[in-house]
Amino acid sequence: MSEELRDSIEGHRGTGFAGPLVSPPEGEAAAGRFGGGLHFMRHRLAWPLITLLLLLAVNTAFNASFLHMEWRDGHLYGSLIDILNRAAPLVLVSLGMTMVIATRGIDISVGAVVAIAAAVAAWMIGGSVTGSVSRFPMPLAILAALGIALLCGLWNGLLVARVGMQPIIATLILMVAGRGIAQLITGGQIITIYYSPYFFLGSGYLLGLPFSLFIALVVFALLYLAVTRTALGLFVQAVGINPTAARVAGVQARRLVLAAYAFSGVCAGIAGLLISSNVKSADGNNAGQLLELDAILAVTLGGTALTGGRFSLVGSVIGALIIQTLTYAIYSLGVPPEINLVVKAVVVFAVMLLQSPEFRAEIAILMRRPTAPGVRP
Amino acid sequence: MSSVVTKPMGEALPRPPAPAAAASRFNPKYLPLAVTISLFVAMATMGSVLYSGFFSAQVFLNLLVDNAFLIIVAVGMTFVILSGGIDLSVGSVVALTTMVSAALVEHHGWHPAAVIPLVLLMGTAFGAFMGFLIERFRLQPFIVTLAGMFLARGLCYLISVDSISITNELYTDISQLRIPLWEGASLSVGAMIAVVVLLVAVFAAHCTPFGRTVYAVGGHEQSALLMGLPVRRTLVGVYTLSGFCSALAGVVFTFYMLSGYGLHAVGMELDAIAAVVIGGTLLSGGVGYVAGTLFGVLMLGIIQTLISFDGTLSSWWTRIVVGVLLFVFCLLQRLLANRTRTSS
Repeated sequence: MSEELRDSIEGHRGTGFAGPLVSPPEGEAAAGRFGGGLHFMRHRLAWPLITLLLLLAVNTAFNASFLHMEWRDGHLYGSLIDILNRAAPLVLVSLGMTMVIATRGIDISVGAVVAIAAAVAAWMIGGSVTGSVSRFPMPLAILAALGIALLCGLWNGLLVARVGMQPIIATLILMVAGRGIAQLITGGQIITIYYSPYFFLGSGYLLGLPFSLFIALVVFALLYLAVTRTALGLFVQAVGINPTAARVAGVQARRLVLAAYAFSGVCAGIAGLLISSNVKSADGNNAGQLLELDAILAVTLGGTALTGGRFSLVGSVIGALIIQTLTYAIYSLGVPPEINLVVKAVVVFAVMLLQSPEFRAEIAILMRRPTAPGVRP
Repeated sequence: MSSVVTKPMGEALPRPPAPAAAASRFNPKYLPLAVTISLFVAMATMGSVLYSGFFSAQVFLNLLVDNAFLIIVAVGMTFVILSGGIDLSVGSVVALTTMVSAALVEHHGWHPAAVIPLVLLMGTAFGAFMGFLIERFRLQPFIVTLAGMFLARGLCYLISVDSISITNELYTDISQLRIPLWEGASLSVGAMIAVVVLLVAVFAAHCTPFGRTVYAVGGHEQSALLMGLPVRRTLVGVYTLSGFCSALAGVVFTFYMLSGYGLHAVGMELDAIAAVVIGGTLLSGGVGYVAGTLFGVLMLGIIQTLISFDGTLSSWWTRIVVGVLLFVFCLLQRLLANRTRTSS
């Protein structure tokens, strides 16, 4: 998609709002003033990138060996690799969430879908203690888990696109019922997996790097190509900015929304496989707990507004990495992990205030006032 | 008091339609509420037929006793949803209230008479802060209250990671106090508070300027603004009210559990939203009844009671049944919304 097209769409963003909002150009101007003329600062990935680099710097400052990597047991070993490996499920879920949020939706059922997919995979692989026997062949188990996750996504999409429910409520249904279904599959127990080939998904290494990283990379690359090399990205933005106008203009809005939720479901399913393979078990009640909130946070941190429309896949990946690095920093600094939630809360408050045109306008006024007399001579 | 007791038996409906008018032309806007109440009566009847000992006053009063905190939280949530917003922080504010109460009473030796007003004030201020952010900076309620949820849960863990049990005499006395009604059936203090909150909320929603403004803002914010209604004050007001209700529910929860713990009331926001939806309140705002929320909570309660009476069904069936109920009611609301749009 060309930059001009994207800009022309973003220029009309204000039409999507009903309220008396500050029009986007003013907001942009306020943001530009912060940049102080630096071209880089105007790029919308600037703030997420700076945040990530700051976090990495903090980690390095407190732990000198943070950036250190070494080759051990046939693969790369180090804190950065660890962060990437742990962030893979969150990256996947965030990518799906980005597409849903871009269509003006939200998917709060991803945590439950993670639990369902993990439960299905664990049940089909079975709890044989020998370690080399599975109940069903492993590819079949993986396909079944992903199939169920796809069905979950389609169910959400149908409720939103066909029935016309509000996205938060449509996905709330699956969020509530999903954990019940996951517990139904696992029989209320935590299924431990002993089948060793399955562990490769979440803790195996390919070419010296974690295999989960490659899965996340492939999904990201395919999605990125689909939204930048085809008209798909443009259509999704159009639906998010003004669904009615997009439909009138001939965009198949309903199908796109359905596809976005289905994709989000599959992403959650893959994340479920990675998580269950990494911890070698499936827990219907706790797998993917609060993952939906982390994913929404990652998408928001990456600069995608919750009001839909313009989205950034790279931003969401950076957002997910920020969250994982933050978690890592909190653990490695020896701060009690309980503070994690408070830090996250403060970050969310700060990010959403910075994204609010009203807040930026007020800050701009506050900053202009003292400098105004000085400018005059 | 008797009117509340007879409600679960399905006799006294908490809305005032003229009987003749209701019989001749039933207003479709009462349909979700009517479906909820009929379903509740049907479930109560089914339980009474299937299980011996189910049909007793105490079983039904226990629905109030065991869900008192949920009723209070859901009442606050009803106002937020009526105004067109949502509050995800309620469960964690309940947890924070239990934690602060327990820490102050047990570790710092404060008197409960000082602690309870303090925690109520704290919850109210917390709600007002979120309402201020939502209203002043036009932020999305979903994200603001989500951050509020993280914050309140995090603060719980900052106080203590472990559960603090309460041994203070006043708390244990209130927790064990039962108010006898008749034939040995009784209510707890928490249930009494819930009933009072409910009655006040029904009055506030239908007979005060604040309540009418909440409906107006939820119906169409722009119109409400053009009508000269105090929209901004009301928006902050509903989140403040929800914060107060959560804190009050936290106090009742402290009496119920006699402990403070950061993992108390996990997922209560979902139960509260489910109860409000099942009670017939539209999530798009502007349509619904506080009294419906009572039946939403009672419905969740009776599902749990039925499952525990059955004994062979596992606990996770509760979640699945609640999910199915949510689906049915949302579908019903959509169908109704479509029909009124085509007819008008």
